[in-house]
Formats: sequence, structure tokens, C-alpha cells
Amino acid sequence: MSALPLIALVGNPNAGKSALFNALTGARQKLGNYPGVTVERKAGRLSLSDGRPIELVDLPGTYSLSPASPDEQVTRDVVMGRQTGEKRPDALVIVVDAANLDNHLRFALELIALGLPTVVALNMVDLATRDGLELDAAILSRELGVPVISTVAVRKRGLDHLRQELEGLLNGAPPAYPAGPERDFDAMRSEARRIARAAIVRETPSRRLTALVDRVALHPVLGLALLLGLLFVMFQAVYAWSEAPIAMIEGVAEAAAALARDALPDGIIRSFLVDGVINGVGSVVVFLPQILILFFFILMLEATGYMVRAAFLMDGIMAKVGLSGRAFIPLLSSFACAIPGIMATRTIADPRDRLTTILIAPLMTCSARLPVYAVIIGAFIPARDIYAFGGGYGIGLQGFVLFCLYLAGIVGAMLVAMVLRLTVTKGASGGFLMEMPKYQWPRPQDILLGLWQRAIIFLKRAGTIIFTSTVILWLLLSFPRVPDGDPTSQVDHSIAGRIASGLNVVLEPIGFNRDISLALIPAMAAREVAVSALATVYSIDAGDDEAALEQSLGERLKGQWPLPTALAFLAWFIFAPQCISTIAVTRRETNGWKWPMFMVFYLFALAYVAAGVTYWTATAAGL
Amino acid sequence: MRLTDLPLRQPAYIDLIDWNLLSAIDGQRLREFGLCEGASVEALHHGGLLGRGPIACRVGRMTIAMRRNHAAAITVRTGPESAA
Repeated sequence: MSALPLIALVGNPNAGKSALFNALTGARQKLGNYPGVTVERKAGRLSLSDGRPIELVDLPGTYSLSPASPDEQVTRDVVMGRQTGEKRPDALVIVVDAANLDNHLRFALELIALGLPTVVALNMVDLATRDGLELDAAILSRELGVPVISTVAVRKRGLDHLRQELEGLLNGAPPAYPAGPERDFDAMRSEARRIARAAIVRETPSRRLTALVDRVALHPVLGLALLLGLLFVMFQAVYAWSEAPIAMIEGVAEAAAALARDALPDGIIRSFLVDGVINGVGSVVVFLPQILILFFFILMLEATGYMVRAAFLMDGIMAKVGLSGRAFIPLLSSFACAIPGIMATRTIADPRDRLTTILIAPLMTCSARLPVYAVIIGAFIPARDIYAFGGGYGIGLQGFVLFCLYLAGIVGAMLVAMVLRLTVTKGASGGFLMEMPKYQWPRPQDILLGLWQRAIIFLKRAGTIIFTSTVILWLLLSFPRVPDGDPTSQVDHSIAGRIASGLNVVLEPIGFNRDISLALIPAMAAREVAVSALATVYSIDAGDDEAALEQSLGERLKGQWPLPTALAFLAWFIFAPQCISTIAVTRRETNGWKWPMFMVFYLFALAYVAAGVTYWTATAAGL
Repeated sequence: MRLTDLPLRQPAYIDLIDWNLLSAIDGQRLREFGLCEGASVEALHHGGLLGRGPIACRVGRMTIAMRRNHAAAITVRTGPESAA
């Protein structure tokens, strides 16, 4: 907790709160968690004109102070001063959507009645104007009894004015608006309507862009085609756009390895640096471009307002497996990473819906699987077009295989959800109720900021979890050393090699070799470690063989693994719950070990069966 | 007529909401979305390719998505507002 004055941004979902928060704080943001709950705390610094810093916290959007989900509860507790780990805000900025006054003003009245120093940001006035709505902020201010500032967060309009008002509030001007009398819901609604009508100067019906787009986007056939098309483009782009940056990162890693090899004498330190650090961590960092492309699409879908449309389209199908369209949003986020995905299930009010969604979230192909898929696809699937449009554009076979892997995860998740809803999470299904925001073109800075935060999280992971498990694996692989003149390889002789040989008894029937067993152990920490582990294994195996050292990991795998093994390895990773952080977050979100244990068990069972069936089928087909 | 039967893009008003047909949490959320007797409403899209999906409708200035079981609890009336 800091001693700085604290100002909370609060308002309805879709009022443009986060855009305003970004515009006010820029990149000076800190993501954290509220103690005891897994609700993300987003805070940032803001300087007043006299240079005095204040802390701004962005509270989860909610429709009222009667919470329906855990994140809405945090908002209520913070503004009431009941949240542990957060002092009561010194002032509130209530963000209202100018085009949705009747509704947002009701919550604003509820918040103003708390009696805290308050300023209202009348946000997105440009979109209101686009819809033919003209508002008078002065009338609004007079009726509400608090200052009202017109803002357009995405264009940075009205921010200086807002800052000035905040300064006035913090400079000790006593709150001129004492806590009002308790009013019931209906009384506040009629009051909000009255004020909204007074503040609307002119209203000309105009063609609303959102309604036009929705005619296509929500169409049962066209809309679904659009959604599938978008997802397909997204997965193709992950490959097509990432080639150049990946080549660059690989170049840097190779140069660093060559430099270390030339500069250091042959020995344990050189092996540690080259095999462990550069090859191990480098083989994971190389996937940063693909992960960022994936996050770019997901951030864009969320920021434009399309995500809720996708949920609407999917609700019919989701209902068939006992879930609601709302579950589609955490599940789609899980394509980037299951951890924010599982945390995003907090917006699902029905506990059984929520538990089912948590249990199937790890089946969505997260970005940590990309390094694994990419290296295997790159090595074993030929880079040719299965369909060419001409002009160098076409549908690549590699992208198509990746699409199929994603699809397999989705179909698997749907089947599992259906079985779960008939067994362990049996009961009536919750409903589907969502607000559909207007379409909006996001501010590039907001998207860039989101990407930057994801990149930092990924690189931190590469620097901590992945680095540590790679180093431990290197240690276990390098000791005990093979005595001179002994014909056994270093890997066979090492501690890790012996453990893997034991595990391999179980994994051999599904086509896995000793090296895979070896890579799967450290990959329990995180899936992408499988790649760095394989890189380390083959790097140590190659020893001083110059020709082998020149080969990329893909080339080495291609030389050593039969195709059915590679395919079985892909099938394994569709299901295998190899991520410590996911297991930990599931434990936290479900308050115990029962569900994470259940999840780990059922996913490993599925992984084993899937890999086995793939291997046996591919072998029988003579691949 | 029930909201489920309201033809698409025909402006109407909410006549009656049978709160007993809605769970407490869904009822509260609908109220927060601005659903109340007398509110203007317009069905915009019926979702679902396979089977009956949710309904998107405009309520006041908001567009919201709800399932058919919610919409079935809402009785609407077409015609001028003054009749409310």
C-alpha cells in the first residue's frame, strides 16, 4: 500500500474505463493481485501539474454495488473501504458512456451517494455524436452536483481538464456532496432517466455503424463464417508474419553461441553457457514473435468489441455441451495462456459453469504449446501449399496442421465439457446475459501497451522458470561425467538419462523415445521447456561434433525421430497438463487440491490415449 | 406477446416482466441492464445456426444478449409509448 493519494476509476463495463486509465497513466502501470482473491489489480502513476504524484487504480467494471461475481465484489469493497490491501480511495473518477447515459447514470448516482470526492468523466462523447446525440455537460454537472468533464480517452481529449479537477478535489476542497439518503433501485433509475433526458440537447436518429456491422457479424450463417475466417487468418498469421523476426532472433542466438565457443576453452563452463543457457533459453525466446502475433489478435478482438459477438454466436453451440457463450471468452483467452483464461472465469456467475470452464481451459492450445508445435511441424511437415491462390499466396500445409491441432483441442474440450456436465458438474445450466458494446477502433497505443506487458511476462518466464528448469536439466544431464574411453554416451550415463530410461518403460508403447521421456520431466514446469530440454539433450549429445552443432534442433529431430513418433508427440501436447502455473491457479480458483488433481489425472489419461492412438494408426498406415 | 415472438426490428415497449421466471441473479442483471416495465425494446438478431440460440435486443440505448428463457419472461407491446 502506498502513501500517495489514491484515486479509483470506477464505472460500468464498456464505458471506456481502461482506455481512460491507459491515457492517463501511459506505460507507468503496475499489474498485481488483490490479496486473497485472484482479481487483477491495475494501478498506475499520474502527475498533477505541480508535480505531485498520485496513484490511480482501475477497478473492475460493474453495473451496481450489488456484486454478482468475484471481480465485481472487489469494486464494491474498494469503494466502501472494505478491501484488504487497499485503502479507501481519496477520490473517485466515475466513467460513464455518453451514449448510454440512462443506464450508466444510475450506477453513477449510487457511487455519488457514497459521499467521496467525485468527478464524472463523460467518456466517448465522439461515439455519442456519431450516433446523433448531443449532450450538455454543464446541465449534467448541475443535476448530479459533481463536476462533469467530457472526455474521449482514445483521442486524449479532455484529459488536462480532468487532471485539473482531480487537483482541485485533492487540494482539500471539502466534499460538497454529503452522502445522500439511501434510495432504492427504482428510485435511482427514474432519477437517472430524468437527468439523462435533461442533459440530452438534441437527438437525431442516425444510421448506427454498430447495427450495420452486426447484421453481418451476428448473422447465423455469415457471422459464423466470419468468426471461423477470423480464427483461420489468425492462425495462418502466426506462421506467416513471424518468419523474419524469428530468423533474426535465431541469428543472434547462433552468433552468441559461436562467440562463447570461440572465447571459452572447451569444458564444463562452455558447455553450461552454450548447451544450457544459449541453446536452452534461446530455443524458447525464439517463439516470442508468434506469441505476440497471437496476443495481438486476441487484444484486437477484445478492444474492438467483437469478442462478445463471438460469444453470442457460440452460445447455441456452447449450450449443447452445457456451457454458456460467456465461457467462450475465457476459453478464447486460454489460446494465449490458460492462466489469464482461468482467472477470467470469475465473470461467470454460475459456479458449475465456472468449474467446467476452468477444467477444460487447459485444452485450449495456449501459446506455450506453440514452440513445441512449431518445432515439430517445422521439422516434419513439408512447407508447401495445399491450395494456392496465386501471386505467392496460398494455404500452407504447415499452417493447416497447426489449425487442426487447435481444432483437436477445441473438439476435445467440448466433448470433455459434455461428459463433465453429465457427471461431476451435473446440474442446471446458468444463463447467458451480456451487454454488447459498440464497435470501436482501438487506440494503437493501447494494443501496443498490452503486447508490451505480455512480452515482459513471457521473457520473465523465459528468464526464471524456463532458465531454472533448463539449468537443472543441464546439471542432471552433465553428471556424472562419462569416464574417458567409455563408449556410452554422456546422456545415457547421466542421472537424467537413467531417470528417463525408467519413465520410458511407460511411454515406449506410445512411440516415445528416451529423449522425449527426458524432455517431458522438466516440461512439467512449462510446456515450452520440452523444446529447450530437447535442444539441451541434443546439444550435449552432439558433443564436439562440428557438423551436428551446425544443425538446428529441427534438423536433428528429423534425423532421429520417425514420423509416427513426431505425430504422437504433437497429439500428447494437445492434452498433457504440463504447466505448474496452471495447476497452481486452478488450486487457487477452486480453493483446494481436489479439482486440480482431477484435472491433471484426466488430462494425462487423455494425452496417453491420444498419443498412443496416433502412433499406432500412423505406424499401421506405414508413415 | 412475448419478446421471443417479437418480429425483428419492430420497436416495442415492455409491458410486464415475470420476475418469478428468472433466477435472482439473472433478474438483478436484467434490471441493471435497464429492463423495466415501460422501457423501449427492439429485437435485433436471433442467434444460433443449430437449434435456438440467444436473442440480441436493444433496450433503451443498450444492446444486450439474452437467452430465450429470459426473453420468454418478458411481455412486450407494439404501438405508441403513451399507451404505457
